[in-house]
Amino acid sequence: MSIRGQAIIVGAYEHPRREIPDRTVAQIHREVAVGALADAGLTLADVDGYFCDATAPGFGPVSMSEHLGLAARYVDSTETGGSSYLAHVGHAAAAIVAGKCRVALITLAGRPRTGGARPGGTARLGDAPEAGFEQVGITSPVGNYALSASRHMHEFGTTSEELAWIKVAASEHAQHNPDAWLPNPVTVDDVLGSPMVADPLHRLDCCVVTDGGGALVVVHPDVARTLGRPGASVLGHGEALKHGDVGRIDLTYSAARWSGPAAFAEAGVAPSDIQYASIYDSFTITVLIALEDLGFCEKGRGGAFVADGGLRSPGGRLPFNTDGGGLCNNHPANRGGMTKVIEAVRQLRGEAHPAVQVPGCELALAHGTGGALSTRHGSATLVLGAWSS
Amino acid sequence: MSELPAPGPPVNDETAPYWAALGQGRLDVPVCDACGHHIWYPRSWCPVCQGESVSWTTVSGRGEVYARTTLHKAMGPWGAAAPFVVAYVELDEGPRVLTNVVTDDPAAVEIGTRVEAVFVPVTDPEDGSPATHLLRFTPSG
Repeated sequence: MSIRGQAIIVGAYEHPRREIPDRTVAQIHREVAVGALADAGLTLADVDGYFCDATAPGFGPVSMSEHLGLAARYVDSTETGGSSYLAHVGHAAAAIVAGKCRVALITLAGRPRTGGARPGGTARLGDAPEAGFEQVGITSPVGNYALSASRHMHEFGTTSEELAWIKVAASEHAQHNPDAWLPNPVTVDDVLGSPMVADPLHRLDCCVVTDGGGALVVVHPDVARTLGRPGASVLGHGEALKHGDVGRIDLTYSAARWSGPAAFAEAGVAPSDIQYASIYDSFTITVLIALEDLGFCEKGRGGAFVADGGLRSPGGRLPFNTDGGGLCNNHPANRGGMTKVIEAVRQLRGEAHPAVQVPGCELALAHGTGGALSTRHGSATLVLGAWSS
Repeated sequence: MSELPAPGPPVNDETAPYWAALGQGRLDVPVCDACGHHIWYPRSWCPVCQGESVSWTTVSGRGEVYARTTLHKAMGPWGAAAPFVVAYVELDEGPRVLTNVVTDDPAAVEIGTRVEAVFVPVTDPEDGSPATHLLRFTPSG
């Protein structure tokens, strides 16, 4: 059984604010839920499937269902960090195919900027079984990702200049987004001249820290046909986990090497068919490694692929993150997967900013990397197609 | 660079032999009795072959740097210690261990640099941790 073409994203909403000191996280969940449902032409009363991550306030989907006034007959709180929401889309599509629900709502919200919850490093270990063996002072995720960058540079000759091009492309796209947290274009020299945070990653290799959230509505095609709104058909989904592997960890790749091929196989398309890609960009290195693992270029050739405007839209080898991505636009709740799907939907609807819209965008990819690249993380990949009734 | 924080780690029955060995100046790792894999992080069974029996085995404490970064900023008590080196050290016996490389010259710690274990006294025993020493590494002389 395949989910290919059997579920349609008909609602997508990104909270427009980046600092939200006057709302609770639960309120933001409701604002984005209402926003995505309004985009679809639906209401909370139509929802029969609900998806959120483990950071949703209170008792997760139980508290949120009560707070939102939902009567869901299918719930899922899969937690794979910032890739959770791409996994949720795949799970929602499977649930729709299986007849478990027909209108699935996925929400994300958080206030790391004004609420004081900065991204965690090893502090998040808690009662994890590895706690005690990884108390090395990585108090924010950048140190973890820097380890992967160091190894990639060592094995393949990847340079800081090449990584900087990823930020440059994102910043050029962000200038067209009035909601972007960092709307000003930067140069390679700007990135290389910014303070070193965790060698070899500079401050401008890092994503932004923003309040906010987003939501998606995934429905059965029969429901989508009643709404009169274009959407994104879920053509393929893949997810995978990567971890320490009992001491054998290899830092040159991510779990995308498994999630990507699964998504492409289900969709029946190849990387070369993709016209636009949303690639989770917690750090520049996150993008580079994912692009290789997803098959957009050979392993080790990511530097050359992204250099010299390779990711620019339009005109680059692979237009990416046309909203400015997590590097410049928004990284709500320290989790960038939701906004990756939202911008892919905009592209497939032809509703991205005209300056960065990919002409005739029919096939897009969205990819998330959640957790910590050099220790343990979850990857999730979606292949999406333009859809209209 | 000032001294790195040395918080007391969580210890349980499964991992107590590891911490006890560090206190005696040894690095002990569980080795699978069935397949011989050196199991990192330590566990009481073997996730490679699902063998139920492991034996604590003293390893050399020598290895080389597999990946490294210098953290120029950190939060909490680690902030005062910056810059400091975080690395994966590949032990000569195989496992890649996330650790600190203690040095006055972070830039000299490169991928491939030979290192050896140092047993650092716990200075901040949180939650009554019984561990007395932590595992870190330093460039081999």
